[in-house]
Amino acid sequence: MQITRRKLLRLGSALSVLCITAGSALFRTGSAWASDIWNKNAFSAKAVDEVLKAFGGTHAQPSSEITLTVPEIAENGAVVPVIIESKLLNTRAIHILVEKNPFALSATFDIPPGTDPYIGARIKIGSTSNVYALVRTDSGFFITQKEVKVTLGGCGG
Amino acid sequence: MSYPMKIRATLSGDKVEVKALIAHEMETGFRKDTAGTLVPAHYIQLVTIQCNGKSVLSAQWGPSVSKNPFLTFRFSGAKKGEKLNITWQDNLGETRSDEVAIT
Repeated sequence: MQITRRKLLRLGSALSVLCITAGSALFRTGSAWASDIWNKNAFSAKAVDEVLKAFGGTHAQPSSEITLTVPEIAENGAVVPVIIESKLLNTRAIHILVEKNPFALSATFDIPPGTDPYIGARIKIGSTSNVYALVRTDSGFFITQKEVKVTLGGCGG
Repeated sequence: MSYPMKIRATLSGDKVEVKALIAHEMETGFRKDTAGTLVPAHYIQLVTIQCNGKSVLSAQWGPSVSKNPFLTFRFSGAKKGEKLNITWQDNLGETRSDEVAIT
């Protein structure tokens, strides 16, 4: 059999199609892995109660054992430092929520044994709003809140 | 391409304090550019932090975490010179991993 130019071209294009499909399949499994773990329900919830429900909770008890440190007035809502420390026994997870953001849940942190129930992070706050620290322990959910006044919003331009 | 993270892990007493600055746009999907078109969402969804192959913190983030996220936390049970690894993955499937020795 003689390899003509036409045949060679056809073979080449077939190969490249194969490469593309294989590549996109790989990419898809990669992102599926992320969306499998990422709690889409909780992150698309608009209200604080909905977030709690997405985490499988029904009631969050107000607690003074959680220290939530936020500035009273944030000049720039795009960068608001938040520090959360929990003194509750067996703290398993810490969640940061902002009541008036388009999606209430900002971040969640799973605390394995050996790690302190202490988290410092920076979040965006759209407008003056309550910030919540939601803590999951072995004996249920606990919550504490503080208001942050925002003079310049952190979402949109 | 993503830029390297700035990670500092210092041992004081029996605890390691970690400070990490991650370079990422953290685009919410609500912002408009100068031409008035929406900038598509692009943000970190998963962050996993390991020390000697053992998980010390895992986080899930939404778009409302600040641009170039900063994170601090403390954990115990590690020695000087051991390696701390931080890996993130964003909503577009990009990922990056950086490692630092505990000092």
